[in-house]
Amino acid sequence: MTITKDDVKYVANLARLTLDESSIDMFADQMAKIIDYVDTLNQIDTTGVAPMANAVSLNNAFREDNNTPHLDREKTLANAPDKEDGFFIVPKVIG
Amino acid sequence: MNLYDLSMETAHLLLKKKEISSKELVTAVLDRTESLNETIGAYITLCRDTALQQAQLADKEIAAGNISPVTGIPLAIKDNICTQDIKTTCGSKILENFIPQYNATVMDKLAKAGAVMVGKTNMDEFAMGSSTETSALETTRNPWDLERIPGGSSGGSAAAVSADICLGALGSDTGGSIRQPASHCGVVGLKPTYGRVSRYGLVAFASSLDQIGPITKTVMDSALLLNTISGHDPKDSTSVPRDVPDYALSCTPGIKGMTVGIPKEYFATQGVDGEVLTAINNAIATVERLGGECVDISLPHTDYAVAAYYVIAPAEASSNLARYDGVKYGLRKENAANLMEMYQQTRSTGFGAEVKRRILLGTFSLSAGYYDAYYGKASQVRTLIRNDFLDAFKKCDVILSPVAPTPAFKLGEKINDPLTMYLSDIFTLSANLAGIPGLSIPCGFSKRGLPIGLQLLGNFFEEETLLKVAYNIEQEIDLGSAKPAL
Repeated sequence: MTITKDDVKYVANLARLTLDESSIDMFADQMAKIIDYVDTLNQIDTTGVAPMANAVSLNNAFREDNNTPHLDREKTLANAPDKEDGFFIVPKVIG
Repeated sequence: MNLYDLSMETAHLLLKKKEISSKELVTAVLDRTESLNETIGAYITLCRDTALQQAQLADKEIAAGNISPVTGIPLAIKDNICTQDIKTTCGSKILENFIPQYNATVMDKLAKAGAVMVGKTNMDEFAMGSSTETSALETTRNPWDLERIPGGSSGGSAAAVSADICLGALGSDTGGSIRQPASHCGVVGLKPTYGRVSRYGLVAFASSLDQIGPITKTVMDSALLLNTISGHDPKDSTSVPRDVPDYALSCTPGIKGMTVGIPKEYFATQGVDGEVLTAINNAIATVERLGGECVDISLPHTDYAVAAYYVIAPAEASSNLARYDGVKYGLRKENAANLMEMYQQTRSTGFGAEVKRRILLGTFSLSAGYYDAYYGKASQVRTLIRNDFLDAFKKCDVILSPVAPTPAFKLGEKINDPLTMYLSDIFTLSANLAGIPGLSIPCGFSKRGLPIGLQLLGNFFEEETLLKVAYNIEQEIDLGSAKPAL
């Protein structure tokens, strides 16, 4: 499979990554090789095989709907790069 | 006798008999660590002060008659396991200064049992790698040959156990990240059944594959650590409500009549080193000498495991790592014009090349138009791989194979060729896809003196069987008291 520079840029944008030109070339080349290898999966007939999402088939893990202690606000904000008055601060969202 | 040489089991006996104190033991390990860590690079963060406080506390508990097999024992913890008030970096620039406000469940369990933490160990960034070289923070060297990789991703933990700068360690295993470094460093590593050990507070890489487990000097020590960290946790919805047996009881002589499956596909794999095969064949002969019966088995979808894994693991990683957005914790690049730019700049600066590669791969295989062809297909193949194991375990109690195709390779040898690096996980990652437990124990050395490990795979929640067979092989294959020359 050919992975073009535009393919890499498109996926990078979805993943909120910006890449310089040399990285785009490198990733396009490496992804093409890895995806070619992954395409060997098409040698297997999987008609009617159920997909496996998890190793243990647990049903929903329910619990009683009780109040339990949680991190307080100060601790929740302890690692925030920017905060004010008990809130996370982010750069301007629109415009 | 050097106290740092001791196994957890022996140290525990001496602590119990009050022949040594935890303070003496921990001090010996800390002093050795301070003289060796610059060479080996096993630890990212050393915790001398808190370790000595924990040792003092342990000595008080022991004096009062409260002692568990890990009380006062100095352990190393992989740096993707959250430790309250102590940096947890995941080997990444994006979490370089992250200080968790809570403990992972395994850390609460260790604390309750009185264990001492020496420090946090180096790892491939977000556990993505097989050599610990993708760490953004430090280079870890193999104690047996400083020009070589320790394996990965739990390379820091395995190197620390091997170099006697802790008595035991915790790692995490998503595709072999406990077993492969244990093999390369000549120590024991155990990946438990998915759901056996709580993942709460383990920084997520691929949530359906990740599992925490012990890396130790002996099989018995792995049993003792597994006893401490196992069990259901309401905070992890994938942890399994199932009683925890006393795994130490499995470490007893006698495997007569047990059947050991030899998977023909693993031995037909190209690129397996001749010395590795010799060591594994010696181990097979050992099993037979002990009265075990070796039978040929087949795992027909073996050739597709790496391909399925490198769809599923990156897909889960790309979702899990979306949380690193520069808002709530971790790195933020300042001076962005708007929120979108801040996300992009933060993530592009904070993640290294391997993490970016996997995020790109995962985003690709989950993107519109490709989901069914890649993620869907790989998830179906995953079912077939699990079924292969279920069929195989109708014919045998455990499966025996190499851990890695070669002994430890040189630093830099594979880092620029991701696909070759991924293929070095060929024998380990099927266990993660299936969810079954796997264990790595030393079984020999190459002519260059590099450790070679063998892998045992068991059916779901059959850790006891793995430990039993491993213990017997360990007792029978006498590797002497070989230690790396440091």
